[in-house]
Amino acid sequence: MALKLYDYSLSGSCYKVRLLLAFLKLDYAREQVDFYPGRAHKSLDFLELNPLGQIPVLEDGDLRLRDAQAILCYLADKYDKSGQWLPRDPDLFGTVMMWLMFAGGEIMAASAARLHDSLGYDLDIAAARQKAHAAFRILDDHLTLRAIESTRWIAGDHPTIADVACFPYVALSGDGGIGHEDYPALRNWMRAFRRLPRFHAMSGIPEFV
Amino acid sequence: MAITTDPVAINHWIACGWPGKVPVGGYWDTVLLGQNIRVSRPQPDIYEAAILTAGALGRRLPVQSRFCCIFTTLGQDPRPLPQIDEFDEPDRRLINCGSVGVNTSPYRMIENFLDMAHFPFVHTNILGAEKKTEVVSHKIEHRKDVDEIWATDCRFFQPAASKAATGGQMTDYTYRVMSPFSIMLYKNVHNDPGRNDAICMFVQPKGEAQCLAYMPMALVDDVNTTAAIIDFQQTIFLQDRVILENQRPALMPLAPAAEIPTKADVGSVTFRRWLKQMGISFGIYEKAAA
Repeated sequence: MALKLYDYSLSGSCYKVRLLLAFLKLDYAREQVDFYPGRAHKSLDFLELNPLGQIPVLEDGDLRLRDAQAILCYLADKYDKSGQWLPRDPDLFGTVMMWLMFAGGEIMAASAARLHDSLGYDLDIAAARQKAHAAFRILDDHLTLRAIESTRWIAGDHPTIADVACFPYVALSGDGGIGHEDYPALRNWMRAFRRLPRFHAMSGIPEFV
Repeated sequence: MAITTDPVAINHWIACGWPGKVPVGGYWDTVLLGQNIRVSRPQPDIYEAAILTAGALGRRLPVQSRFCCIFTTLGQDPRPLPQIDEFDEPDRRLINCGSVGVNTSPYRMIENFLDMAHFPFVHTNILGAEKKTEVVSHKIEHRKDVDEIWATDCRFFQPAASKAATGGQMTDYTYRVMSPFSIMLYKNVHNDPGRNDAICMFVQPKGEAQCLAYMPMALVDDVNTTAAIIDFQQTIFLQDRVILENQRPALMPLAPAAEIPTKADVGSVTFRRWLKQMGISFGIYEKAAA
């Protein structure tokens, strides 16, 4: 087994993969990508690895994958024999997929706001924050309902890759000027997530959420 | 944002860009002390700057390109840029980390850079460890001949002092505050105790609580990739950033009783006293104090 992650410490998308690798106790090699200021993810060399010019990229032997959500699915499918992180029960599987798409879609507005505030990306910051708040509202409502149903996780009664995919950009949103004040269910969920065995934080994740 | 009327703040050379931000033949619009400016680059090594008012170019501003950054000044009589010899040593690796936005006062950023006490708690298992939190007594002085603040004989236990480090070590530090908007440190090189890495932070205050931080470094390291060194430095800085943006008030209080210092804060106390003496008001919490 030779897992290699093309990684950037400040990337929330790479962090999704690092988290699951830790949860699954998998060893891997890191190839650091000079995302900023070097923009190495747009270099010709990197575009050969991923024509979309995005991180993360994971290599497992001869297999090369892009897209954090796809990588989470792959790692859970191959390496989590318990089936906890990627449930095979059809209802749960569908629910996990739905929230994975949400993590790679709507929640990424919070990533855009963070890139604007931290790394000076030129984009419509008001629109990014508004979209992120709308996404957070939806996830907060969902987690409120889940709490009424006596569970703290996005799907089922244990953490799944849906939680892993949604956590980083929700937790990092303060970096983009998006506070958690209006989202009590998100705060409870983030506290529970932080207590998972082998959880590790990254820069910008507040110690107390 | 209106330009500051503070004559103390404007008479400094202030970082306003880095080469990657300004394309050759192009320009970058930014803000300096509330004043919109345009930094342009007609040729690869030539930078120009000018005041920008309602989209029209106004007064030309002087420009210097040093320490992997572009500097300009709005003042007529700015204090000179500091001399940092390490950037001219031929075997040094000069590494530019771009700029990072931080929504707080420039002085909160300088003060944090000068502080060792937070290492174990904010940079846990990198620049400090929760079992070794002591800030040992060190010397801090306002060197009047150069009008800089120097902290010497600083030592701190660090589990991973730099990208080059291979284990825990007592790291020797020297800090040097070169202006209200610039600070640097010298820390001993991992495998060459006779030399120091030079790590700078130049702050571009856009507004009183909106800044960009530039962190050029002149390192002795022939092992690590540039990507790995930048990644290390940015990991540290974004750990600080979330703390800095949550400090209240965002503007720097200078009243002695505003915040209660301990012995480990002697650098902060000296820095704040220095700011008060120079009568700077931009970015200061108590406007009347200045």
